Formats: sequence, structure tokens, C-alpha cells
Amino acid sequence: MPSSRQRLVVIGNGMAGARTVEEILARGGDFDITMFGDEPYGNYNRIMLSNVLAGVEDESGIFLNDLSWYAENDITLHTGVRIERIDRYARHVYAADGSATPYDKLIIATGSSAFVPPIKGAHVPGRGYHQGVFVFRTLDDTRSMIRYAREHQRAVVIGGGLLGLEAARGLQNHLGHVTLVHAAGHLMNAQLNERAGRTLQATIEQKLGIDVVVGGMTTEILGKHAVTGIKLADGRVLDCDVVVIAAGIRPNTAVAAESGLVVERGIVVDDYMRAQDEADIYVVGECAQHRGQVYGLVAPLWDQARVLATNVSGTNVSGTNVSGTNGWATYVGSRLVTKLKVAGVDVASMGLQSPERDDDELVEFAEPRSGVYKNVIIRDGRLVGATLVGDNGKATALVKAFEKGLPLPANRAELLFDLGGPAAEESVADMPDDEQVCNCNGVSKGALKACVDGGCKTVGGVMDKTRAGKGCGTCKPLVQRIVEWAAGGEVEEDPAASYYVPGVPMPKSELMAAIRQHGLTSVSSVFATLGGEEDAKSKMGLASLLKMMWGADYVDERDARFINDRVHANIQKDGTFSVVPQMKGGVTTPADLKRIAEVAERHGVPMVKLTGGQRIDLLGIPKEKLPQIWAELDMPSGYAYGKSFRTVKTCVGSDFCRFGVGDSTALGIALEERYQGIEGPGKMKLAVTGCPRNCAEAYVKDLGVVAIDGGKWEIYVGGAAGAHVRKGDLLTTVDSADEVITLTGRFLQYYRENGNWLERTYAWVPRVGIDHIRAVVVDDAEGIAADLDARMSEAVAAYRDPWKERAEPATPGQFRTSLPLIVLPQVPVRA
Amino acid sequence: MNLGSINDIPLGEGRTFAVGSEMVAVFRLRDGSVRALSAVCPHKGGPLADGQIDLKQVVCPLHLNAWDLTTGCSLSGQSPVTVYPVRVDNDSLILEM
Ligand code: SRM
Ligand SMILES: Cc1cc2nc3c(=O)[nH]c(=O)nc-3n(C[C@H](O)[C@H](O)[C@H](O)COP(=O)(O)OP(=O)(O)OC[C@H]3O[C@@H](n4cnc5c(N)ncnc54)[C@H](O)[C@@H]3O)c2cc1C
Ligand code: SF4
Ligand code: FES
Repeated sequence: MPSSRQRLVVIGNGMAGARTVEEILARGGDFDITMFGDEPYGNYNRIMLSNVLAGVEDESGIFLNDLSWYAENDITLHTGVRIERIDRYARHVYAADGSATPYDKLIIATGSSAFVPPIKGAHVPGRGYHQGVFVFRTLDDTRSMIRYAREHQRAVVIGGGLLGLEAARGLQNHLGHVTLVHAAGHLMNAQLNERAGRTLQATIEQKLGIDVVVGGMTTEILGKHAVTGIKLADGRVLDCDVVVIAAGIRPNTAVAAESGLVVERGIVVDDYMRAQDEADIYVVGECAQHRGQVYGLVAPLWDQARVLATNVSGTNVSGTNVSGTNGWATYVGSRLVTKLKVAGVDVASMGLQSPERDDDELVEFAEPRSGVYKNVIIRDGRLVGATLVGDNGKATALVKAFEKGLPLPANRAELLFDLGGPAAEESVADMPDDEQVCNCNGVSKGALKACVDGGCKTVGGVMDKTRAGKGCGTCKPLVQRIVEWAAGGEVEEDPAASYYVPGVPMPKSELMAAIRQHGLTSVSSVFATLGGEEDAKSKMGLASLLKMMWGADYVDERDARFINDRVHANIQKDGTFSVVPQMKGGVTTPADLKRIAEVAERHGVPMVKLTGGQRIDLLGIPKEKLPQIWAELDMPSGYAYGKSFRTVKTCVGSDFCRFGVGDSTALGIALEERYQGIEGPGKMKLAVTGCPRNCAEAYVKDLGVVAIDGGKWEIYVGGAAGAHVRKGDLLTTVDSADEVITLTGRFLQYYRENGNWLERTYAWVPRVGIDHIRAVVVDDAEGIAADLDARMSEAVAAYRDPWKERAEPATPGQFRTSLPLIVLPQVPVRA
Repeated sequence: MNLGSINDIPLGEGRTFAVGSEMVAVFRLRDGSVRALSAVCPHKGGPLADGQIDLKQVVCPLHLNAWDLTTGCSLSGQSPVTVYPVRVDNDSLILEM
């Protein structure tokens, strides 16, 4: 490295630190850059941790700067290394690993840590947090929270602010019961007034099913080894086995303070983002205190980063809206807008919660029963505060008016509602390029336009590339309008949104119509005629659809199948497969058991296991052995590998059980006999249980049948007890087993024809609505019942046991091993 | 060296060959061309030859990460796989190594 270059050291490799470096590089700032971060990763989008916890975003999707980025910009990154001291005179930083690093310019971006109030039992002396107690700040926090929650049942989240609410929602994705305990009198009291807070609480309780305790001061975490509950000041005890503390944050200022910088609540900075009285030390992000303000949101740090970068590299670049004279940019503070990232629960708040002066105007609308509360507060004709709960429709417009101090419509109601006609949205064409559109991820209109000009013409694509709209999501409508504007009309529909498979630009209904119209019976012909490019990730979904539509006439191209369907077994982590023979209704015979035992013994099957689906799994079978094993078993496939009809679990029912009021076993066997192997958009798992004690778990199946007194049967649909737990909705009650069999076929066929690819019934039924499904399937409101039955009968007739396909491989090397490597064919190497 | 007949690989699928100590997955694209990659998925050792392909990518069957069949670069943030020059010479598969 040429020593002529100035050495820039950054402490803290989080959102502010990395963003600032990006801004410096954008200004061609010429430094030897070294970054220290005590997290073991590159820079990731912390705000997305809520989405990761909620399971709507994948970990890999949240990285903003992966390690290659640092390399490409030859930045020396020390991950997992904590800086402990700064020597301002010798201009060195000293790290926990003993190293000393010299700097000419220093940037402190140490962010904040979770604040843990003094609660008895939160910590175990010497061993950090009590196991079962978590905070929610880093990727590691999130990972360990998920890992632990999965194995437990009841969680309490302490803190009813933004973070606490998002944590509570996310945890529901991993365990059954979540309670939110908030010390103040109403939720999000930092942002919302009491009416808004109460409205939000009702929605959280009724819509999400999270219990909320307000005015609850947690005094103790109970349980010696494992957490058993928490105790409140009023003596109340709430049972739980997981505790998440989201009670606020504290800026990480210790290092700065010990090194002699001016620290109050945060590290004090001037308008140039320099530490007070320091010429060469800058501070940015949540650890900075500017004009008495310490921020806890990302939006301010985008502005701070621009100002800092301009000053440290002495160059402004066009379109960075940093004001300032003599080349020095100044930061004047940010106006905060808060949004809640909880799907289905809209909350946006900015500025004042309630009027403060006598002459402040308040326009307020409340409809508690539908969970809506809105207000705006106006001072001297300018918007100084707004709250939206339950309806974010006007968020974008209000944020603009608030941040820019725009003049407001004479009819104030227009601020809260779209009163007919096109809402008075100013055209995106007039927006300045550097105007920030996505505050969560700091994306400007210019960046969106550049992305579109770069050839990306779908809203989804632009969102993926720029990350705009991927935080709280409220800017999506605006992003959409900008993309449409930038693409000058030629904007393409957003694939991910509505397409049945990504590779063919049509929703399922259209796709099916087109397939029929053109008589497309093979996957390759669908691509050729409708899709253009062949797409690996779309093949499986299309194969399933075509098979459903054409039955016997379907032209089966094996490459369209996922490996499981090519070899009729489920691939496992080491490339071997599992073999699950059919065992209708979970009923078997000594003879069958013997045969399974002998086969397992003869082939030294690594594991024989009873499955959760009431049958037997032979695990760890090499691909090339599958046909032989099937032959020796000589039993039909149990389809434990396909997106298809799987099992019908049953209980012993009236034949044996004291309580049985219906022959659940016989009905279960009959159902599996008839619908075995039928493929669909997702797995179809059924159960029949002999009485409401529900020993066969029928309430939580895609379709579950429950015998009730008087020879009647209840049919439940859309239940699940897998990644999602949902009690099925009662479709109807019938008098005979035959009716159950018919309605089952009709329901499954309706699902097969209308469910999206990989959309299980637990998602499909609520989406379409049980009333509509009942109308179609039970009351034949649309007059299609007969057709559904007929098409299902065809599918049933077309059933062939795939395990019969074994004498001759269907394709060359169908069962040839791909790994692990007992290899054929061996190809000699000639040097 | 000669890996045998192109017809040993069904159209649109892949098969694994052991070339000395190397494991090579050879794919037969639907446009008739062929590609060869090291057979073991860098993510967690999945069998790439069991993956689904199109003209551009192969998708590993275990965790659905994807790799560009021509460059070997990952399309989902994984480390790259080795690509081997391979061609069809009247019906036989010729791999250069
Ligand atoms: C073998 C079995 C576990 C066991 O040892 O008992 C099993 C094994 C697998 N399950 Fe399961 N599930 C098994 C019963 C269940 C059950 C219980 C049941 O079926 O009554 C459920 C909850 C019910 C449900 O499906 O909702 C279940 C919910 C899942 C899910 C979550 C589905 C969801 O959307 O909620 C997955 C993941 C998926 O489907 O995407 C899954 C996926 C898997 C896969 C196929 C993962 C994979 O793709 O490799 C596992 C294959 C392991 C292997 O190496 O073969 N398995 N799985 C059970 C086989 C049942 C059978 O006989 O067919
Ligand atoms: C779950 C969650 C959801 C959120 N949602 C939103 C949202 O929707 N909207 C919003 O605006 N904001 C949100 N936030 C807040 C937002 O993430 C922060 O405002 C932002 O990350 C602050 O960036 P920062 O760089 O200042 O701090 P951080 O991102 O915390 O980065 C600081 C980094 O410095 C490291 N560090 C600290 N001390 C040292 C040291 N001595 N040596 C080396 N490294 C050190 C830390 O390990 C950390 O990696 C959310 C936060 C969380 C946790
Ligand atoms: S068998 Fe099911 S629950 Fe068990 S690890 Fe596999 S997918 Fe997960
Ligand atoms: S092993 Fe290939 S994607 Fe995981």
C-alpha cells in the first residue's frame, strides 16, 4: 500500500459504518480503509431480522455487503474483532486481539446494544443471559432465538414497542403461544397516543392472537435451570419457557468515553458529524448524539453518512442533497417516521402524537371495531404529526408532506382518505432524483431509475436489486409508480406476485386456459409456446399441473420432474433415499411387517423408523438399490416424496375403542385406497378419527374427518400442524361414509385446480375463504360439482403404482448413483 | 477422454462420471449441447447431477442453490464449481481434463 494514501479506520461494521464507506467510495475518496466489526459477518440489513424471524425473508437475502464487496474495494475487514481503546494522540486503535492499527481519519459507528432492565434472574452470574432469555439485536441473537423457540411452547416478549411487536409476531412462527408484556399504559407509547395504542392492541390480540399485558412491570424471571415464567410487580405470574427482552436500546459509547471523547447519551458530534473538538474523528449512526438527539432508526443515518462522507473526503457528488458552505456539508437533524413491519397490521407514525398547543389543528378518525385509527396534527398550515393504524393507504403522501413541509389541501379530510378521483399525488416525474423513496433501505428515486435503465423492468426485480420496499414495505406503491414511470409504460408485471411458476408469465387460471387452448401436453411445449426461456425452477410445478390437466394424455418428460419424482423416493442429505411403503390408514399385517423386516435386514438398511404419518420408513437406501428393494417389498409406494396425496391417519375407532362412534379405520382405508398418489399443488395429508377426542389429529389435516354421535361425520379442511399450526375449518357435516368420500374428492379436485404451486390448504382455504369453498363444494353454487367429480374420477382411474416401474429403467441410468461415490461407470484416465 | 455415448444421458438431465479421482457431472441440455461441472455441490455435498437444469443453470436438489452451467459461478451466493470442457463427437461424450 502506498503510504502516501491516508489511512481511514472504521470502528463498527454495521449499517451506518458500511453505508458511510459506500458513500466515501462513491465520492472517489482515496483512502486505505480498514474496518473493524465485532460481529463475525459482512454488513447485513439489521432491520430485516424481523422478517427473518417471521420467516418471510431468507437469511441469505439480508446481506448488504458480503465479504467479496470488501475485497473488491480493497477494504481490510476484521470481522469478529472488537476495538477496546482509541489513542487520540498516537492516532491508533487497539483491538481485543492485541493488535494496534494507526489511522489518519477515524470513524466511530458502533451502534447500540439491547437495553436489559434490571430484572431478577435475567442473567446467570458468570454465564451471561439465563438460557431461554434472549435479546433481539443481531443475526446471532435471531438465530439462537429461532433455534430455542422451535423446541419450546410459550414465549413472553418484554417490551411493547416496535421491536417487541415485531419479535412477538416473528416468534409465533416458531412456537404456539406468545404474550407481550408492556410496562407503559398502551402499546408503542413512544409513537402512538392512547387511542391509537388501544386500537393497535385490539388488532394484535384479535387478528394475530397474541396476548397483550399493558401496565405490566416485569420484576423477575422464574426458573432455575430452564425458564418457567415471569413475575410482574403486581404479583401476577405468567408461565412461559422463552423470554425475549425488547425493552429499548443503549448507544455503544463505552469505547469512546474511555478514550476521552465527549459522551452524553451518545457520542456528541457537531453538524459536520465530527466528534466534539476532534479534527479527525467522525461519528455516525445510533451511537452519535447530534443537537441533543440520539436516533434509533436507519433513515437519519443515511443522511448522516452522506454528510460525513462529503466532509471526510472533501468532495460532494451531485445529487446527494447535502447543504453547507465552503465545501463542508452540514447535518441538521432528521424528522422521524416510524412504521411497523408486521404483515397485516399497518402502523405508521410521524411527529406529534397529539396536539400540543391550543392552536394546533387536530383531524382525527377512529373506527375501533375495524381496528382503524388515523389522525393528523397541523400547525401553521404545515403537517407536524400524523398517525395511521389499520390503514396505511395515505402513508406515502403524509410522509412527504411531513418531511418536506408541503402545503396541505384545504379539505383536511383528504389527508386521511382518498376522496374519490385520483388522489392528489404529485407526479413522480417531478420528484428530484436524490429524493429518498425507501427510508428503510435508503434508496432514492435516482437509484430506482438507474436500475430500470439498467434493464430491470419489473417492480419485483427492481425491489430485489435495490432492496427498496423490502423493509416495512409501505413505500411499495411509490416504488411501483416510479418503476412504471421510469420504464415508460413498458413495465412488466411483477412475476413473483401472481405467476403460477416464475418462468411462465401467467397466473394459474390464465395458464390453464392457455395450455388448453394450445393443447400443450408437455413441459417443453409450454415453455416454447408460453414461456420463452426454459426455466429449471418452473419445471416441477408445470409437470404437476399438466399431469393434473391431461391425465393419461400428459407427455411425461422426465427432466421436468424433481429427483424425488424421477426415482419415486425422497432424497436425503447424503444423496441416498428413503423408502416408505403404503400402509393404508396406518393398518398393517404380521406378514407385511415380516417382509419389511426381512428386506431391511437383508440390505442392512441404516434406519427403520415409524413415521409421523403412521407407516414405516426405510432410510438411507442408495439410489441404485431402489428397484430391487421395491421388488422384494412388493408393496405400493406410499408417495412420501411427492407434492401429492400422502397418508390418511386413522384411529382404532368404533371397532375397538370404548368411545368410538364411527368406523374411522375403514373410512380412512377407503379414502386412501381411492385417492392414493393423486398429485396436487402441495401435499395432501388426511386423517379420520372415531370421535372428537381426535386421536388421529383430524382437526389439523388438509382434510380431516371426525365421527360424531348419531352416525354423522364432520369434515374439516385447511388444517395443519407442521411449519404452520391451524385448526381446519368445518366444511360440512354428513350422514354417510360415501358422502365423505365424494366430498373429499370434490374438495381435493377444487384445490388441485385452484391452489397455487406449493400452496398448502392451510394457506389456500383461508385465502379463498371457507364460505366460498363450501358454496362450491357442498352447495354446488357454481354448478361445477359434477365436473369436479368427473375429473377426479379420471385422475383416480389413471393411478399407477410408480414402484412397478422397476423391471426396466424408464430412462438410461435412471437409478445410477450420483453420489455417494461407489461409481459407475468408471472412466479410465489416460495421461 | 471418452465418457461413452451421449445417449447414456437423457435429454435435460445429468449423470455423474468418475474420472480418476474426480467426480464430474455431465448435463445434456435441451438444445443438444452438453456441460460438465464437478459433481459435488459446494454447499453441503449434494449430488448436482440429480438437479434440475435449463439452458443456463443447474439447481441442486438438496437446498436449491443454483450454478451457472457455463461459468460454474453460483447464482445464489455460494462458492463456484469447477467447469470442464466437454463436447459431443458423433454421439460420444468427450471430456478434456
Ligand atoms: C418421515 C417423516 C418424519 C418421521 O420420521 O416421522 C417426514 C419427513 C420429512 N418431512 Fe415431514 N415427515 C413426516 C411427517 C410429517 C408430518 C406429520 C404427518 O404427516 O402427519 C408433518 C405435519 C403435517 C403437515 O404436513 O403439515 C410434516 C411436515 C413437513 C413439512 C411442513 C409442511 C408445511 O408446509 O407445514 C415439510 C416441509 C415441506 O413440505 O416443505 C416436511 C418435509 C419433510 C421431508 C420430506 C423433508 C425433505 O424434503 O427431505 C422429510 C423427509 C425426510 C427423509 O429423509 O426422508 N414435512 N411431516 C414423516 C413421514 C410421514 C409419512 O409417513 O408420510
Ligand atoms: C430487529 C430490528 C428491527 C429493526 N427495524 C427497523 C425498522 O424497521 N426501521 C428502522 O429505521 N430501523 C430499524 N431498526 C434499527 C436499525 O437497525 C438501526 O437503526 C441501525 O442498524 C443502526 O445502524 P448502526 O450502524 O448505527 O448500528 P448497528 O447496525 O448496530 O452497527 C453497529 C456495529 O458495530 C459493531 N460494534 C459495536 N461496538 C464495536 C467495537 N467496539 N468494535 C468493533 N465493532 C463494534 C456492532 O457489533 C455492530 O455490528 C431495527 C433494529 C432491529 C434490531
Ligand atoms: S423429518 Fe421433518 S421435522 Fe425432521 S428434520 Fe426432516 S423436515 Fe425437519
Ligand atoms: S447441498 Fe447443494 S444446495 Fe445444499
